[in-house]
Amino acid sequence: MTGEDFITFEGVHKAFGKNVVLDDLSFSVASGERVTLIGPSGSGKTTILRMLMTLTRPDRGTIGVDGDYLYHEKRGDELVPASEAHIRKVRQRITMVFQHFNLFPNMKVLRNVTEAPIHVLGKSKDEAEERGKELLEMVGLGDKLGAHPSQLSGGQQQRVAIARALAVDPDVLLLDEVTSALDPEIAAEVLDVLRDIARSTDTTMLLVTHAMKFARDVSHRVLMFNEGKIIEDGTPEKLFNEPEEERTQDFLRSVIDET
Amino acid sequence: MNEMFEWSRVWDAMPTMLDGLVVALQATLIGYVIALVLGLLFALLRRSNNRWVSMPVGFVVEFIRSTPLLVQLFFFFYVLPLIGISVSPLATGAFALGLHYATYTSEVYRSGIDGVPPGQWEAARALNFSRRRTWTAVILPQAIPRVVPALANYVIAMFKDTPQLLAITVVEMLGAAVAIGSETFRYSEPVAAAGLVYLVVALVMAWLARIVERRYGQVRV
Repeated sequence: MTGEDFITFEGVHKAFGKNVVLDDLSFSVASGERVTLIGPSGSGKTTILRMLMTLTRPDRGTIGVDGDYLYHEKRGDELVPASEAHIRKVRQRITMVFQHFNLFPNMKVLRNVTEAPIHVLGKSKDEAEERGKELLEMVGLGDKLGAHPSQLSGGQQQRVAIARALAVDPDVLLLDEVTSALDPEIAAEVLDVLRDIARSTDTTMLLVTHAMKFARDVSHRVLMFNEGKIIEDGTPEKLFNEPEEERTQDFLRSVIDET
Repeated sequence: MNEMFEWSRVWDAMPTMLDGLVVALQATLIGYVIALVLGLLFALLRRSNNRWVSMPVGFVVEFIRSTPLLVQLFFFFYVLPLIGISVSPLATGAFALGLHYATYTSEVYRSGIDGVPPGQWEAARALNFSRRRTWTAVILPQAIPRVVPALANYVIAMFKDTPQLLAITVVEMLGAAVAIGSETFRYSEPVAAAGLVYLVVALVMAWLARIVERRYGQVRV
């Protein structure tokens, strides 16, 4: 697989009853690319992230990551549904940061960050803790290693969540409205952290966000979704300044830009 | 006969009551451990994605929950020897008691597990935790403290059900009281003695339960 097609969606269709959320969707993301998905709620953008994270499955179509299909395996010339082991293997390259943080409340901050490296990646406790401390320092929480998640503010919890996600060395980082549950001031701190990360790594990122300025700053590409289809696809400059589609223009006009 | 209730006879009966109490406590404790362990197993199996596992287990659990303990006691007492399992009536009774209450504790565990926010499952998936690690590191440590009060209360309920073991020849406190009564033809005093001991022990259990709740009923880090 070339770098161009690092993530591929081919003919992906998802409906809940009569409600079509993704309508025979096809697109691809290059390795190291940062793509922001925008559009009204219900337009399918979060579903894209959730499918990549295997939180929900497509009804039809294939999803590819770094040369492998996520939900299918190649058996000779045929594609068959993937085994649980195969899905886990591909899923290893992907991780997600959630709108509501989802830190583990029964673990202190450091353990939240080291649990996956130790028990999924097989790193030693020392290795994992060293890297964990590094990452927590980087997000500005080096002094909170022994804190409980419940003692942290929302912005702090989200920064821990970001450190936790980076600790598994993902090839693909999914960011699902990561500042939507935060006050604008706090959101700005988190976005600053993400901006630094974006600039210093070449992790492929898919973002769903309403923070348009941030999207403009870090994205290579912006996809405008509407009713389960991509109606516009371009650079941030193009999409934000000269949107072609009327629906895109309407949407951008209505979005309150936080940061 | 119009005899006065004699308190001295109540105290006279106490030593025998204590022997019966030991039997009742043995049945309760063994049964409770079975109920805790088996109940969790039932709760987990009922969540299995495999229909061949979840449906039979669900059916068995509902069946046991919906039939009287006394019937189950008789069933195991008469059926187990037929299939070559030869154990004491006390063991049979403790097992039946535990199995019966496992169906209640499994409901309690289920509600605890359902109470863990979906975001926790999603975060575990995002980090690619194995199913086992998701359960042991994330879900159960949050589910179980939530339901410790309900689980703790069941030990008291089980203790109060131990007189039913009388039906399968286990002489616990009520049995001992009735035995005294059948010799002296005065039942009210020994039964009162049994009642007093049940009361005191149940109160002590309730007190211990509150201590356990305070210690283990919070999601600890």
